[in-house]
Amino acid sequence: MALDAKIPGGSLAEKWTQYKSKIPLVNPANKRSLEIIVVGSGLAGASAAASLAEMGYKVKVFCFQDSPRRAHSIAAQGGINAAKNYQNDGDSVYRLFYDTIKGGDYRAREANVYRMAEVSTNIIDQCVAQGVPFAREYGGLLSNRSFGGTQVQRTFYAAGQTGQQLLLGAYSALERQIGYGNVTMLSRHEMLDIVKIEGKARGIIARNLVTGELERHFGHAVLLCTGGYGNVFYLSTNAMGSNVTAAWKAHKRGAFFGNPCYTQIHPTCIPVSGDHQSKLTLMSESLRNDGRIWVPGKQNDTRKAIDIPEEERDYYLERRYPAFGNLVPRDVASRAAKERCDAGYGVGSSKMAVYLDYADAIDRYGKQEATKLGEQASEARIRELGKEVVKAKYGNLFDMYKQITGENPYEEPMRIYPAVHYTMGGLWVDYNLMTTVPGLYALGEANFSDHGANRLGASALMQGLADGYFVIPYTIGAYLSTEIRTKAIPTTHEAFEEAENNVRNTLNQMLNIKGTKPVDHFHKALGRIMWDECGMSRNEAGLKQAISDIRAIKTEFWSNVRIPGTSDELNPELEKAGRVADFIELGELMCIDALNRNESCGGHFREEYQTEEGEALRDDENFAFVSAWEYLGAMGFELHKEELIYENIKIAQRSYK
Amino acid sequence: MQLTIKVWRQKNNKSKGKFETHQLSNISPDMSFLEMIDVLNIQMIEAGQDPVAFDHDCREGICGTCSMYINGRPHGPHSGITTCLLHMRSFKDGETIVIEPWRSAAFPVLKDLVVDRSSFDRIVAAGGFISVNTGNAQDANSLPINKEDADASFAAAACIGCGACVAACPNGSAMLFTAAKITKLAKLPQGQPERYIRAKSMVQQMDKEGFGACSNHGACEVECPKEITLETIALMNRDYLTASLIENKEG
Repeated sequence: MALDAKIPGGSLAEKWTQYKSKIPLVNPANKRSLEIIVVGSGLAGASAAASLAEMGYKVKVFCFQDSPRRAHSIAAQGGINAAKNYQNDGDSVYRLFYDTIKGGDYRAREANVYRMAEVSTNIIDQCVAQGVPFAREYGGLLSNRSFGGTQVQRTFYAAGQTGQQLLLGAYSALERQIGYGNVTMLSRHEMLDIVKIEGKARGIIARNLVTGELERHFGHAVLLCTGGYGNVFYLSTNAMGSNVTAAWKAHKRGAFFGNPCYTQIHPTCIPVSGDHQSKLTLMSESLRNDGRIWVPGKQNDTRKAIDIPEEERDYYLERRYPAFGNLVPRDVASRAAKERCDAGYGVGSSKMAVYLDYADAIDRYGKQEATKLGEQASEARIRELGKEVVKAKYGNLFDMYKQITGENPYEEPMRIYPAVHYTMGGLWVDYNLMTTVPGLYALGEANFSDHGANRLGASALMQGLADGYFVIPYTIGAYLSTEIRTKAIPTTHEAFEEAENNVRNTLNQMLNIKGTKPVDHFHKALGRIMWDECGMSRNEAGLKQAISDIRAIKTEFWSNVRIPGTSDELNPELEKAGRVADFIELGELMCIDALNRNESCGGHFREEYQTEEGEALRDDENFAFVSAWEYLGAMGFELHKEELIYENIKIAQRSYK
Repeated sequence: MQLTIKVWRQKNNKSKGKFETHQLSNISPDMSFLEMIDVLNIQMIEAGQDPVAFDHDCREGICGTCSMYINGRPHGPHSGITTCLLHMRSFKDGETIVIEPWRSAAFPVLKDLVVDRSSFDRIVAAGGFISVNTGNAQDANSLPINKEDADASFAAAACIGCGACVAACPNGSAMLFTAAKITKLAKLPQGQPERYIRAKSMVQQMDKEGFGACSNHGACEVECPKEITLETIALMNRDYLTASLIENKEG
């Protein structure tokens, strides 16, 4: 099967405008009889569902959480990018587009990225109109800050909880449509299969997580807005419930999986404290605006941070990348931290951490404040004033660090280490966001489309909302305009029967194993392999070993997992088991993809392919393509390639020096 | 650390619940409270018992999912944090910890520590929004908002909808939650056109859901992990009253 990305013609800057005005429309009367299923209620799902319902479609939304407001978009801290150029610092749609393509290490599709940059400005307008309380300056206008991989200030934010504020905006729009009866909301429901009829997606099987009942739901189209799969690593910054199940079931029903090996390891997270660790916590990238990252200049230095004099510290990011300094992209910053720790310069009891230091920022802000106040301030007073400023900017993050570690980051530098945060890979989609299954779409982190091999900070929120508010409401017309004669298919159809039986059998099979090991045992074992062999750096031998180890875990899982309880009750262990079973299969595909990509790019670093300075070495001649994997059951996976053609950007080696 | 855990067990919303006691050893003070429950659950699964069901997701204090009544306080002994950010270093070796679900008529228990908080969503659906369809917005900076109002709106918007306010209130009132949602929008110019009708619809829905009345006890403010203040309730009452005055005038 040849992949057709359906990229419209015309110049890059005109593509979306021209295409948008030619997409077939569905008239209001027909919209009322067209049903759309949205799985997931994060930024992409909530914004899509609200917008489609406003347009007149009949929408059903599913989420596994107890409320749509709890989707993991809520946890995004730092901000959302938009090419508003409010700071008059030379930003433009083209520059945001260029930064994103370059940040993604030239592995993203030009047309999609340009469209995202183009609609980014509408997102901010829409959110403000909904009442999202973004940070503002004293003049009443919106405030911006910098994020990694850019030299402009284009990030809009709401203290350290931008994700929650944006999601509450989209959620309120969604609740409004629920209140009007245009959206049916099904919380505590998990999608466990896609129903296909004559090759098209026609509905889903969902499990009511409270009663355990399996339900059949019809839709003329199905939108998967189910987020990423970072939890394949067990430890990640994802929420405990974040999972790949919906996307993986779709994959098994024919949706190709794009670039599964592209994983983002975020450089600034709170380090692992012990074996009991259940998840990791991010310290927002915005902290790199003011914080300086360093390690001791000597190996195995056991002195306290404060006792190490300035000249014996190695601010390694500033040293290696003077042009971007502490604001290099995430993949670069993470690898640099790993390099220092592996070489023996790490700090803390595990030696797997580096310092993120606010002493300079506190001093600088303190002096500014003292000048403003006209004070001849003492050093202690300057520190006090500086701490106030830092508290206003990053207070909730500092508090969270203190809660988790028991250490005070105003007095001693934070210890941080990279952790799995985001997955650039996901279901392959065309320009309309449709997967290889007609009528099945993927939005937000669940698709592969906009971030190439590495995502820039503050771009996930932008992509989720771009897809939901401003792309799918238009592009879905291209498909649904051909579906106006399709009457709702009764869920007694044999395809629904088959899918429901498939789900029921899998649940019963798992419950009947009655083995000796709890689900977490398998999840941790998988996570360890993925982190060691398919994490920040990868090599051929390690990946081959990982594939065989993962197969062994799969065999053991299906013969020795112990799941208490039954399938007709609220059973969190059963939910977890289904998700871990899918992660195990996905883990194998990630390693296969990483093994196949004989180059280094963005978050995918193959040790065999690096420059003399240890930077990622791409192979544009042989690997400038998207890997789209087809599921063949017992036969494994088949690779299809979408060649990436750059018409507007000259591919170059990425340099942040 | 060694701990005795007394935890509420209830099969579903129809059955009666009871406390169950478990012993835990080798608990690290660096564990989070929920990681301690993970350890308890693994121990129970390995012993062939049914583990404790509890709601949790982000484990970083923002999703509002975790909801436990610990030693008589929602989210445990500290102010300003959720259960997931509570760490075992806040407890003493040998201590007995009592864990219960949120208790309120409007939050029925589904199983063990899991309750149904969908009443909160319905309060929002009744009016907790600004009626603006996608694609109708003007340029974001064409509407300057003074920083003080923007910050006050943000402070109210920090509510994570966890329900600790309801659990803390002797009347099981949802005034603080509803007031936080109303204040967020009432402090912004965008929220003005629907300001009074919003207050009225949301308060009416809140009453319909079976939440109790407010008697100015103030426990909600003390227990709110996001430190939403009682001032929001004052604003809500004012707006609700104004709404009824407008109605009388029109009627």
